[in-house]
Amino acid sequence: MKLNIGGITEAGQSKKNLTGSWRYQIPVIDQDKCNGCGICELFCPDSCIDINNGRAVIDDAYCKGCGICVKECSRDAVVMQPEGDG
Amino acid sequence: MQGSIAVAETIGALEPGVIGVYPITPQTHIVEHLARLVANGAINSRYINADSEFSAASILYGAASAGVRSYSASSSQGLLLMTEVIFNMAGTRLPGVFSAVNRSLSPPINIQVDHQDTMTLRDSGLIQIYVENIQEAVDTHVQIYRIAEDREVLLPAMVCMDGWIISHAYEPVTLWREDAIKEFAGSYDPPFKVDPRKPLTYGALTDDDRITEFKYMVDSALCRAEDKIVQAAELFREEFGNFHGDVVEKYYTEDARIIIVAMGSVVGTIKEAVDRLRAGGKKVGLLKIRSFRPFPAAAVKELLRGAEMAIVIDRSFSASAGGILGSEIKANLYHQNGPVLFNYIAGIGGRELYPHSIMEIVQESETAFTKDCVPDGAVFYNLNEELL
Repeated sequence: MKLNIGGITEAGQSKKNLTGSWRYQIPVIDQDKCNGCGICELFCPDSCIDINNGRAVIDDAYCKGCGICVKECSRDAVVMQPEGDG
Repeated sequence: MQGSIAVAETIGALEPGVIGVYPITPQTHIVEHLARLVANGAINSRYINADSEFSAASILYGAASAGVRSYSASSSQGLLLMTEVIFNMAGTRLPGVFSAVNRSLSPPINIQVDHQDTMTLRDSGLIQIYVENIQEAVDTHVQIYRIAEDREVLLPAMVCMDGWIISHAYEPVTLWREDAIKEFAGSYDPPFKVDPRKPLTYGALTDDDRITEFKYMVDSALCRAEDKIVQAAELFREEFGNFHGDVVEKYYTEDARIIIVAMGSVVGTIKEAVDRLRAGGKKVGLLKIRSFRPFPAAAVKELLRGAEMAIVIDRSFSASAGGILGSEIKANLYHQNGPVLFNYIAGIGGRELYPHSIMEIVQESETAFTKDCVPDGAVFYNLNEELL
């Protein structure tokens, strides 16, 4: 594929970059503790959390596993769990 | 007419869609006059008084990416503040046009002319043409849009005109009919345009697998601009009758034993010095560098090959490495068995260069040449040792 001049490309190319592969640990939501307040959704730097049916849901295709959601959750409803070889 | 007003009238006649500017001495008269033209309804450009030179250049980035012809002007520190955006425009291949009214860089604050401000932009991919007088400033602004906006080029471009000596001096000057220069400049039709209905990504991230190729594309586009500059100069001569050189201008170079190389308004002074030296029987010539970027390597090689001595007058320098033009000419002549090269750093911060200064430089260089004691690097001309 030839390069476009100026590096100008179709919009939305970053969707192809599945940043979830950078992760070595994943946040897991305790469904009993989570009340769907949305604090983690607000603070997630990659917009990888949605509130669905009153509970936080992680998009594991893009979540980099930074752990900010764990820090911000006031109900201790998120914990980091090691993945792969850790 | 004053140089700044002549340039502003010419830009006004070309009527770029967007003018994004921030005032700075000695560029001010250009942007003030353009503001007046817009306020009086004489032209239909959108005039944006930005909050800094960074914003002014960014406005050109935005306009060019939307397929709109744009214009800005600045000087000195203002050009440095535009630097980040100019690299971005070149890399994204967006052809805004700038007038640079050359002025020394601070500190100490000095509002007089030298070329340090624009020479500092030399690695960005920007086209730079240095002009000698007001008429050349006018004519080069007419030529520059079709060069920058050519589909094979698409790079930002700068007409570099010396502060005060060109911007504030009064000279007889011919301004051209609006329809004639508009037709000469053509229209800007880029391959990509910002359009909310068809979103595009500008300024994407690239890893090492492609970045060299993007940089190479900027380099080769700037090289291709050389032909376009030559074509624009020739076409301008056909249609308007004026010619100020293409990438270079030759003045008595054919049989010259000594060739002086310079850019900007000092070229006019050197022509006077060459005439006087020729009248005294000395075979001296002048090579005016008009296009500094793209660098006219082939023309320089060709024209300097036959001379015994080349004297490069630099109005800027790269600290510890000599005059910038001098260093590039020297590199260009390496392995060429060319002339012995002398490099003078002169005319810094408006220090006057008279015809007799040039004649003194020639005399000094000839003596050094005859005695075989050519200075190793560049020489600061007329340095006042008593102050050091």
